[in-house]
Amino acid sequence: MKVLIPSSLHSYTKEPKVEASGATLTELLADLDRQYPGLRFRVIDEQGQMRGHMRFFVNGEQVFDLAHALRPTDEVFLLQALSGG
Amino acid sequence: MAHTTKKPATREKASATRARRAARRRPARRVMVLVATRKGAWLLHGDAARKTWQMDGPHFLGHIVNHLVLDPRDGRTLLAATKTGHLGPTIFRSTNLGRSWKEASRPPAFAKAPAGEKGRAVDHTFWLTPCHTNEPHAWYAGTSPQGLFRSDDGGDTWEPFSIINDDPQFRAWMGSVQDGTPDGPKMHSIIVDPRDPAHLYFGMSGGGVHETLDRGRTWTPLVKGMEVVDGFDAANIAFHDPHCVRLCPSNPDRLYQQNHCGIYRLDRPSSEWTRIGKNMPKQVGDIGFPMVVHPRDADTVWVFPMDGTSVWPRTSPQGKPCVYVTRNGGKRWQRLDTGLPASQAWWTVKRQAMTSDLQDPVGLYFGTTSGELWMSRDEGQRWTCIARHLPEIYAVEAAAVE
Repeated sequence: MKVLIPSSLHSYTKEPKVEASGATLTELLADLDRQYPGLRFRVIDEQGQMRGHMRFFVNGEQVFDLAHALRPTDEVFLLQALSGG
Repeated sequence: MAHTTKKPATREKASATRARRAARRRPARRVMVLVATRKGAWLLHGDAARKTWQMDGPHFLGHIVNHLVLDPRDGRTLLAATKTGHLGPTIFRSTNLGRSWKEASRPPAFAKAPAGEKGRAVDHTFWLTPCHTNEPHAWYAGTSPQGLFRSDDGGDTWEPFSIINDDPQFRAWMGSVQDGTPDGPKMHSIIVDPRDPAHLYFGMSGGGVHETLDRGRTWTPLVKGMEVVDGFDAANIAFHDPHCVRLCPSNPDRLYQQNHCGIYRLDRPSSEWTRIGKNMPKQVGDIGFPMVVHPRDADTVWVFPMDGTSVWPRTSPQGKPCVYVTRNGGKRWQRLDTGLPASQAWWTVKRQAMTSDLQDPVGLYFGTTSGELWMSRDEGQRWTCIARHLPEIYAVEAAAVE
């Protein structure tokens, strides 16, 4: 599926849109980390929680549960929320 | 045994003289100043006289860089503790003085909590300390929330070190995010005894000073003599707030400390701190963040006082920045402000943002909350601003490079 990557993570992916796979958001992030080592820890902490200023959208809807099921046709957006100046 | 008896003064003087002569015989080494800021890092390369400085940077523009340290054991490895406003914390490593950087494979991270329990997550790595010279690839890191970590591969992978990160007693002393500094409690001042890699100290803001003699298997609080805020119980380790602790390279049995409640000296094997800040002028006080020790003279230290009155403005007292030096272990203090703004300067200096080089005479450096970098080539007698308009400066280190 297509995954939109925020500019702050382009140092890992080198491009704003990448292909990755997974039956859940957790699996998708594992695949992204395999392709781009280190990316996952920048957005998910060691307790498995989304970091404070990272947001996940699936087909335009915000998702808060990393166990959220995904289909190959889904489009996933990783967004960075505002966090001060 | 970690502690040795203190050498007689005459032997110390002879040793210092030998060290100075040896330093003069070595090939000329130049000073590189490492500046970590809220929005990136810069390296300043000095000429042989430390009069002109070439700026290299920004590195990591837009990243929050809490500490940038050169490994003195190889003279070329740099570690940078960074995060951004959005992304989690990480460590970057360079083995060519910053020409290229590689991210750590496994940055400091707490252990995963058992199911049903709430675990902690590292918000940022705050402090980096190279280990002993006998452990050439090892480093320690202190984090916020407070945790202690170690790397044995030059900063590439990190593991929790010792029991303290998950120890109930330490967790109680560490407190919560509401008990610490504005952006979280800090583990800092990780010190390795140059005579014994198993002998370590660290400070917690808050949570006291702690010591191990067995490489972290057991720890002992070291807070006797330290004062706490009026009305609180000094017997409670959690109330102790050391801001910066330094060990004297020329006498590893002597430590100095800038605390939330005063300036202290500790001469081992005693475990009782003496408040030497009582001898500071009353209108200036003895509150501050950084503490700088002389590389060859254990009686000489510098501090940068801060206004800790009323609502704690945390500015230079009366808007008049100044450094104070003692040359006799804290008996008397002398004001050093020649070249610094005479009035209406309300910046201050954070705990990692003041340091010395190894030259003779010693060079001093500090970075301000307003993004200025100041230095003195003569041990504080005269100050010069060598960079301005930087982001808020979090840490300054001075390293010797070929």
